[in-house]
Amino acid sequence: MKEFVMLFRNAPTGDARPTPEVMQEFAKKWDTWLAGISGQGKFISGSRLGAEGKILKPGNVVTDGPYAEVKEILGGFINVKAASLDDAFEMAHGCPILLLGGYVEVRPVIPTGN
Amino acid sequence: MQTDKEIIPHLFRTEYSKITAVLAKLFGFEHIEVAEDIASDTFLLAAETWGIKGLPENPVAWLYAVAKNRAKDHLKHRTIFTEKVIGGVKQNSADLYEMEIDLSNKNIVDSQLQMMFAICNPAIPPEAQIGLSLRILCGFGIEEIADAFLSNKETINKRLFRAREKLRKEHVKIEFPAQSEINKRLENVLTTLYLLFNEGYYSLSQNTTLRKGLCLEAMRLNFMLIENKSTNKPAVNALLSLMCFHASRFEARINPEGEIVLYEDQDTTLWDNDLITQGEFYLNKAAEGNEVSKYHLEAAIAYWHTKKSDTIEKWENILQLYNRLLQVEYSPMAALNRTYALSKADGKLIAINEAEKLKLTNNHVYSLLLGYLYTDIDNEKAVAHLKTALKLAKSKTDKTAIEKSIGKIKVLSK
Repeated sequence: MKEFVMLFRNAPTGDARPTPEVMQEFAKKWDTWLAGISGQGKFISGSRLGAEGKILKPGNVVTDGPYAEVKEILGGFINVKAASLDDAFEMAHGCPILLLGGYVEVRPVIPTGN
Repeated sequence: MQTDKEIIPHLFRTEYSKITAVLAKLFGFEHIEVAEDIASDTFLLAAETWGIKGLPENPVAWLYAVAKNRAKDHLKHRTIFTEKVIGGVKQNSADLYEMEIDLSNKNIVDSQLQMMFAICNPAIPPEAQIGLSLRILCGFGIEEIADAFLSNKETINKRLFRAREKLRKEHVKIEFPAQSEINKRLENVLTTLYLLFNEGYYSLSQNTTLRKGLCLEAMRLNFMLIENKSTNKPAVNALLSLMCFHASRFEARINPEGEIVLYEDQDTTLWDNDLITQGEFYLNKAAEGNEVSKYHLEAAIAYWHTKKSDTIEKWENILQLYNRLLQVEYSPMAALNRTYALSKADGKLIAINEAEKLKLTNNHVYSLLLGYLYTDIDNEKAVAHLKTALKLAKSKTDKTAIEKSIGKIKVLSK
């Protein structure tokens, strides 16, 4: 088994906030999709990222919020175990971010050390 | 009123562990066997003396007095040995006669709790932690422990001997962990109590009384942690809640022949409503604070299982709880149960898709689940999976239940 990262990217929603009911429904969809991966014993860890943030660029240029100049932002990521890139890619299917017009990027983790 | 014959085993169960814990605390873990020997000797003497002279007025006080004297004798000999043979430590032997061996309720409880932390140590394997807990904290005999593990006395004796040796080598101390460490150390204790309970609940041993005894001991030790302020944490309450919900079905899930009765076939009038109420109480207690441990999730799942009727609400909740449980801690059983809940909440077709990905071949429950999911969808596949399950299943109860399912499908398909 090798390690892979799935990155979840989406267009920034700006000020448009979904209703609590919609949010809850969505949280359920995420949990169910993630459980499909952890149910196979392939889930390692995951993080959701908050919308606020700061960007530091060369010359001490600071921008608030990660989406000042971007078309999409990183909403979160998970680390998974999979036999191959294809296997990991297969797992990405059904990810709820696709329903929001976002996408999943699957990348191998390069083992550190040896 | 208990007869004299019954009173010694009863006292042994309750007092042996108290005497051992207090003396071991006094002597240090490296001398734990001495503490155990003194406790055993005390009961031997009690059996002899009471057999001849009858019960003393206060049997517990009698036991404590004998144990104290024996402990003092031991300390005296140890001091003489140290002074004369090793010639090192200076200790006034006269002090020992004055020394009070504290068998007050508070010191007993403290010593037992500290002993719990000493034994529930990942340096020794889980089955050794359970074995030592049963011996030292619960006063179980070696024979009973062997019976619970479906093993023999020699194996258990060896296992416990090695465990004590290992803990000695690790310089384990009988003391409370520092406040900053308590959560981490509690995790080990809770794991052991959880396994101790499961050992009783899922044991293949035919001895129902013994199995129930194991469960009750796990609950008693868990309750001690709740009664003590510094260990009364949400996860501790969650675990007791889980145990209460499970234990509420104890009478219903084993028939008079000692065989397991499946959940669907249980007589709900045999469910213990008092235990269900207690489970709800501790689950509410567990909700204080933000912590969500795997015990919280498992207790919440067990709570929904105390409601027998199949509602959408029930299965959606169970599914969500299993979804989260799997992210906290993967186990094949949780993955299988989650898929079953998925079929109840979202239908069999969705569940089949997920089940096929699990690939838990060689697990009879997995084949059983696939057999259940394919029933009425593709009966040929269902029967094939159930036949695999039949081949893999080990217990008679499982085999009978699987044969029944196969029979049902065959009748339907005709």
